[in-house]
Amino acid sequence: MASLWQPRTGGLLALAGVVAGLPLILPNAFYYDVAILVGINATVCVGLNLLIGYAGQISLGHAGFFALGAYASAILTGDHGWPPLAALAAGAVGVGVLSFVLAQPILKLKGHYLAMGTLGLGIIISIVLNQEAGLTGGPDGMPVPSLRALGHTVAGEHAWYALVGLVLIVSVWLTLNLIDSPVGRALQAVHGSESAAALTGVDVIRYKVLVFVVSAVLASLAGSLFAHYAGFITPAEASFARSIELVTMVVLGGMASTFGAVVGAAVLTILPQALTAFQDFKMLVFGAVLMGTMIFLRKGLVPTLAGLIRNRMRSGRA
Amino acid sequence: MSADFLQFLFSGITQGACYALVGLGFSIIYNASQVINFAQGEFVMIAGMAAVALIDAGAPFVLALAAGVALTVVVGVALEKFAIEPARNASVVTLIIITIGASIFLRGAAELLGGRGFRSMPAFSGNEPIVIGGAALLPQSLWVLGVTVVIIFALGRFFNSTMHGKAMLATAYNPVMAQLMGINTRLVLSLSFALAALLGGIAGVLIAPLSLTYSTVGVMLGLKGFCAAILGGLGKPMGAIAGGLLVGVSEAMTAGYLSSAYKDAVAFVIILVVLVVLPGGLFGGRSVERV
Repeated sequence: MASLWQPRTGGLLALAGVVAGLPLILPNAFYYDVAILVGINATVCVGLNLLIGYAGQISLGHAGFFALGAYASAILTGDHGWPPLAALAAGAVGVGVLSFVLAQPILKLKGHYLAMGTLGLGIIISIVLNQEAGLTGGPDGMPVPSLRALGHTVAGEHAWYALVGLVLIVSVWLTLNLIDSPVGRALQAVHGSESAAALTGVDVIRYKVLVFVVSAVLASLAGSLFAHYAGFITPAEASFARSIELVTMVVLGGMASTFGAVVGAAVLTILPQALTAFQDFKMLVFGAVLMGTMIFLRKGLVPTLAGLIRNRMRSGRA
Repeated sequence: MSADFLQFLFSGITQGACYALVGLGFSIIYNASQVINFAQGEFVMIAGMAAVALIDAGAPFVLALAAGVALTVVVGVALEKFAIEPARNASVVTLIIITIGASIFLRGAAELLGGRGFRSMPAFSGNEPIVIGGAALLPQSLWVLGVTVVIIFALGRFFNSTMHGKAMLATAYNPVMAQLMGINTRLVLSLSFALAALLGGIAGVLIAPLSLTYSTVGVMLGLKGFCAAILGGLGKPMGAIAGGLLVGVSEAMTAGYLSSAYKDAVAFVIILVVLVVLPGGLFGGRSVERV
């Protein structure tokens, strides 16, 4: 039973507690809306963090996978009358196959070349979604039917909050398990040194591809949920700015920290809402906050703060 | 050669020269600091917007251009001093996000000061096209090409025959050894940002009469300049120039003969194909990982 009570289990319970307790203090539908968007972004970031934080591989194109999931749901349910869950699964399988095929050549690249390769991939997806107006509605976007499953329609902020909260908790739980498995340890070896990992018998490419596919599929699932929730999607979901936003959430929260990814997603989703008070200064302040946080808390919010608290407790005891 | 082909070639080389200047900026900063500066495209935007604002305010044309470029250099040095230097030794991803934060900040500042509208700058020497083989060449294109060629030769001289230039090359090869030889690597870092901003700024005022200027003009230019730099092999100045021209000409040919809708995708398709075959870029050579 001891293995059940690792620090990570505590973290998962804390997350579940926050998700369950938040409705007590959320005053109205607007706050629910922000919370639901936080949950969707956090689900993407938890997957992306596996890739960036644990395997040490950057992706500047993950918004492309998010958007592909969203458009798969929109097109299959809206234009072809598929049941939403089947469309969601088809999108996830499609993105899984696509990312698997692309991962082999792309993950051979290193450092800035990998950044360029994934960036190019994301931009190509974004341009295709913009140009194929017959299929996607082009830059104007397209409507998405509501999410119906098992004879029920998910509607209203409470139902959506519960669904997204559940998806996030399950994603975090799966991710934590993956990190604690031999796969996770192999990934960290790859992050440390690819050559040393290969030397000790880790199939470097296989693990990098695996984690790339897992993160892409999570992004696609979150994209499908987002499409049904928002009811309307545009190619902006695939934009370079959106990819950057996702990576920033992971890095801001703290790389190689699953809860950091959740916190980063929360901060960067809430911040623009809070900054609307600044009106014209919004972009200026957002850029400055981004730079300032990365310069002064370069390990990210969660690891830096956790380190501070640990030091405080240690000096308190002494 | 058909007139159409010649026309596409002219516009491709002009656009390619701008990508080359932006790509050169990426390479120079990368060499000095291993940083990829995602605010490189914003340098192009700042120079164009500032120059247009000054011209509209009644400043003499040449002075406005010079002031636009000078302001860009100041911004470049400030970026290095206040954002890159305090974060030295941070991880590559962290540094990338800092420069992206800087680009958002600069775009925000530009919108605040210059508005969100599209503004145009008069061409340097008129809009009377020169007809060559049935294709029209704008005098502004000649300015772009001429200045780019001058810059390439000047950079060549700077790197090969001046102390500062040689210090930058030495730092690129081996920063620690350069420091041991008495080179002020901090100054080299500032210098590299100043130089990259200068190149971006010059590209900005050169292209402004052709492409209008607005607060987000630098986003795609920056990404394609990055493409150019990676295509030629990161840190290889001549590679960035070749990469820029290749991207520019392929774009123009695609827009002309295939589909103008997918013009912006060309650069990224080329880069993916090239990187899959040659993971170190066209002139990057085979890299050996040191353990």
